[in-house]
Order: sequence, then C-alpha cells, then structure tokens
Amino acid sequence: MAKLDLNNLTLAGARDALRNKDYSALELTDAHLAAMEQARALNAFIVETPDQARAMAKASDERLARGEAGPLEGIPLGIKDLYCTKGVATSAGSHILKGFVPQYESTVSSQLWRDGAVMLGKLNLDEFAMGSSNETSFHGPVTSPWRKRGSNVALVPGGSSGGSAAAVAARLCLGATATDTGGSIRQPAAFTGTVGIKPTYGRCSRWGIVAFASSLDQAGPIARNVRDTAILMRAMAGFDPKDSTCVDRPVPDYEAALGRSITGMSIGIPKEYRLDGMSPEIEALWQQGIAWLRAAGAKIVEISLPHTAHALPAYYIVAPAEASSNLARYDGVRYGLREQGRDITDMYEKTRAAGFGKEVRRRIMIGTYVLSAGYYDAYYLRAQKIRTLIKRDFEQAFGAGVDAILTPATPSAAFGIGEKGAADPIEMYLNDVFTVTVNMAGLPGLAVPAGLSAEGLPLGLQLIGRPFEEETLFALGKVIEDAAPKVVLPDPWWD
Amino acid sequence: MSVDQATVRRIAQLARLSLSEADVAPLQSELNAILKFVEALGNVDVDGVEPMTSVMPMKLRLRADVVNDGENVTAVTINAPMSEDGFFLVPKVVE
Repeated sequence: MAKLDLNNLTLAGARDALRNKDYSALELTDAHLAAMEQARALNAFIVETPDQARAMAKASDERLARGEAGPLEGIPLGIKDLYCTKGVATSAGSHILKGFVPQYESTVSSQLWRDGAVMLGKLNLDEFAMGSSNETSFHGPVTSPWRKRGSNVALVPGGSSGGSAAAVAARLCLGATATDTGGSIRQPAAFTGTVGIKPTYGRCSRWGIVAFASSLDQAGPIARNVRDTAILMRAMAGFDPKDSTCVDRPVPDYEAALGRSITGMSIGIPKEYRLDGMSPEIEALWQQGIAWLRAAGAKIVEISLPHTAHALPAYYIVAPAEASSNLARYDGVRYGLREQGRDITDMYEKTRAAGFGKEVRRRIMIGTYVLSAGYYDAYYLRAQKIRTLIKRDFEQAFGAGVDAILTPATPSAAFGIGEKGAADPIEMYLNDVFTVTVNMAGLPGLAVPAGLSAEGLPLGLQLIGRPFEEETLFALGKVIEDAAPKVVLPDPWWD
Repeated sequence: MSVDQATVRRIAQLARLSLSEADVAPLQSELNAILKFVEALGNVDVDGVEPMTSVMPMKLRLRADVVNDGENVTAVTINAPMSEDGFFLVPKVVE
C-alpha cells in the first residue's frame, strides 16, 4: 500500500486493518516516521523517537500475530511534551527543564502503551502550556498545516497543544495526547479542523504531567474525527491512586456512544456567549450547529449563564496563582537548568530568570502578587468565590433539564504567527473566552469542526456536558460531524 | 489597583526572579494591563459565597501509614545539575 494511504487512515481504520493483517504495525509506523521527517518545517515535534517507535511497532506485530492485540495495538501516536516519558527528554517547552530525562512514565501515557500504542515522539507546546498560539515555546513556534486560501502566510495552530493539533492535522500521527487548562485542547483542535476533548476534571490522572494550574489541568486527546477521539479517550481515562483528585469510577466504552440517538435531548444555548462584536461568521456557524442538532431531534432551549463574563478575568487570577506555586519547584537544584550565583538566593534568581520565558515570568509575577499579603482576599479569594458562582450557573442549567450546551469554540479562525499579543497580553488571552468557563467549572468540553471561514480556515463548535457525561458529548459531536461539510485537510505543502 | 516599580521589584524578589532595570517598566505596564482586565471582578456580589476548594465534590482518600516508596537515590538525583554521593549540591548556605 502506498505511503500516502497509510497516513490518511483514521485511527479506527488503522486499528481494524492491522487486525485484518492488511499491513504491519511496522509499516504503519515507518510511514508516519517518514511523514514526520518531511514535515520538520512545521516544528510540531520537539523530540523524535524513531528507534523506540520501531521497537514498539515490532512488539505490536508480535502481539497481533499471537492474537493478543490491545485496543490501540500498533497505533502511532504523538505525546505532548508536558507528559513525562521514561528515558525520553521532557521539556514542557521550557529552557528551565534543559536536559531533564524522566525516570518514570506519566499514568496516561503508560495506559496508551499498555493498550499497545506506539510512541513517535514528543510534541511542541507553549512553555508550561501557557499560551494560545504555541508561540511561547522555547523550541520555537509551530506552523499550522493550514493556510488561508491563496496565501503563504504562516499561521498558528493554536495552543497550548499546538504541536499535537498540527501533527494530527498534518497526518504525522493518528492521534495525540494534549492537555487543557483554559482551552489548550479545544482551541487548537478548532484552529486545525481536528477533534479534541477536555474531559471532566478527575477523569484522567494528572500524575506525571508537568503541572501548570492543578485545579484546572486535565489530560485529553486530539484526533481527526469524533470516533478516533472517543477511542483514545477510553485508554487515557481511569482511576489512579497516585493522583488524589482522580475519580474512581468505571470508564465507559465511549466509541459505543457514537450513533446513540439524540432525539429529545435538550441543548442549551447560553445567551451570554453572544458577545458584542462577535464575528458574523462565528454567529452563522453557531446557528448552523443549532439547526443540525434540531434536525437530528434535539430540543433547543435558550439558557442564561450570568457569570460568564467574569470567567476569563477570574481565570487570570486562579491559574497564575497556582502556576506561581507549582513552578516554585524549578530552583536549579534537582533538575534542569542551573545558573551560577554568588549565593543560593542569587543562584535561584538567576536560574529562574534565565530558564523561564517572558510569558511564564509574567504569570509567575501576577500569581505571586495576587497571593501576597494584603492582596490575597481582594484577588485570589474573590476569584475562587466567583468560580463557585460560575459553576453554580452551569449546575442550574443542568438542573433545569439541559443535557448539553452548544457554543462556538473560538471567537475567530487561526491568525498569523506574530500577529497577536505582542503589545498587549490580553489580546491573546481573549482566545479562550468560550473555553475557559468549562475549566473553571470542571466540566467536559468537546471541540468539533463545523465549517470553514471565508478565508478557508477551519472553525469549530464546542459542546459542554454534565460532569462525567463525555458519552453524551461524543454522541452529539458525531451528529455535528456527520452534518457538517467534510473536513478536507491541507495537502502537504511542507515536504 | 495598580503596581508601582518598587512593587514590581518586590514581587520579583518574592518569586525569586532576577530582574534587570530594563525589565521593570515593561513588566509594570503588562502587570497593570492584567490587573485592569481583572478589575471588574471587584464589582461582583460575592456576599455569602463560599470560595471554591474542589471543583468536583470528592473526599480525599487516605492510605495506610506505611513506607511504600524509596531506595531510589540514583533515579532521584540523576537529573540534578550538580550532585555527589547521592546528595544534591548547592552553594554554601552556612558560614
């Protein structure tokens, strides 16, 4: 089979073809390693692990031959470089983790290997997952495989999981792990015409994933369609005693939820998400999504989430506060970069100033300020109270019978590298205006492609669910995917 | 609320980030832009609202009070920029 065919397979298609012995896991992995090599201009991978990938693929072929295939047997995946991988350098996109090679494997990635998946390498991201464009990475920005119609201008893939989204859209891997603290799975998925889910807080273990804001961080997958995302989600979810916030409840077969009828489901449309100055294109996409769900038998109801406008500002207190605490561990003593100083404090200060990039330093500063004596009550404590109100808004909507909520995923399509946030950090932060509420309330959120902008770039819709009702989101997401124009991924201009 | 340059220096010191003089003014204006962005939160009525401590209702689990890990000196110190005989090395802190 030609190389191109192997790269254009869906994850579900590859899984079935491997079991059918249409080709070997090694052939499939080799095709993806070749595609990665040709796509280095995109800068999606920070580390390529071809030897490990081939060894894992060979082991998969042996298990396939013995009839002992796992659910992801022989499936080549990319791993966001926020996940610690045993024996493979992990940087979190930061200079401060220079030379760090974990001696342990993150729980979520270990579950993928348990199920037979193959690791192709580590994917680029915003430094410590702080960003919405993948431009804050120490390893340089990721270029999206997408371009505006008739243009050669390099676009961002979104962030922070920009490497994950770009690699999946460019067909360098069949799926990827990602993480989402304020929109870092859903925004890049929307920007690249891929599907991503942020699971309910506690659904996936955070153990072994470099911490950004621990009360908001969740692991999740990005893949090329709803089914592939559901398949990965099942492997990534599950109880882990090593994460005290990980929830002990059975993991459903998410794939089985696809095709489930949505007749009679009640879909909330929050009026507060209709922002002043919202682009007509996004408004039209949203209306289209409503029409598709209605046509499939869902009942559409307008709802109110009155504290929506406060979510993003409150996030920019809570997330930096937690980050400033989590990132205190980078002290030049136990791992990573160390700059020499005249005494220990000077060593700490010089190491941290040299190791952290501009955006990370800025967030550590804000976090330190809002937690400092005299400001804690006015900022941090107040933001945590507002978070309670945001969550209550959702609980009231769900309590009134709403099964899921439909919103746009992002306020715009992808923008150019260097186009946003240089002078004003807030301009970049506004990318997460539709996604951040979901993290603040701990809910699951799915981004699914729904159409193209006038310039030919992907646009996505977001479905928000009740806690631990990811299955409902997959069922609804599949309806939108089936109704929407088929995503035609860009031809490889990069090789 | 907004921060002055002395506050920027104090916060940097609390955060253990060395700051060059040239960094102070840009950082001050960026921090003030963010503080202005969050200012409206001051008008939200939060009387009687409990601050969130856990986004999902959960009871923290307890485990048996027994040693369940250890004897990993090499794994623990292997990534240290400076170590010797299983110890981390730091600049002298006691005269």
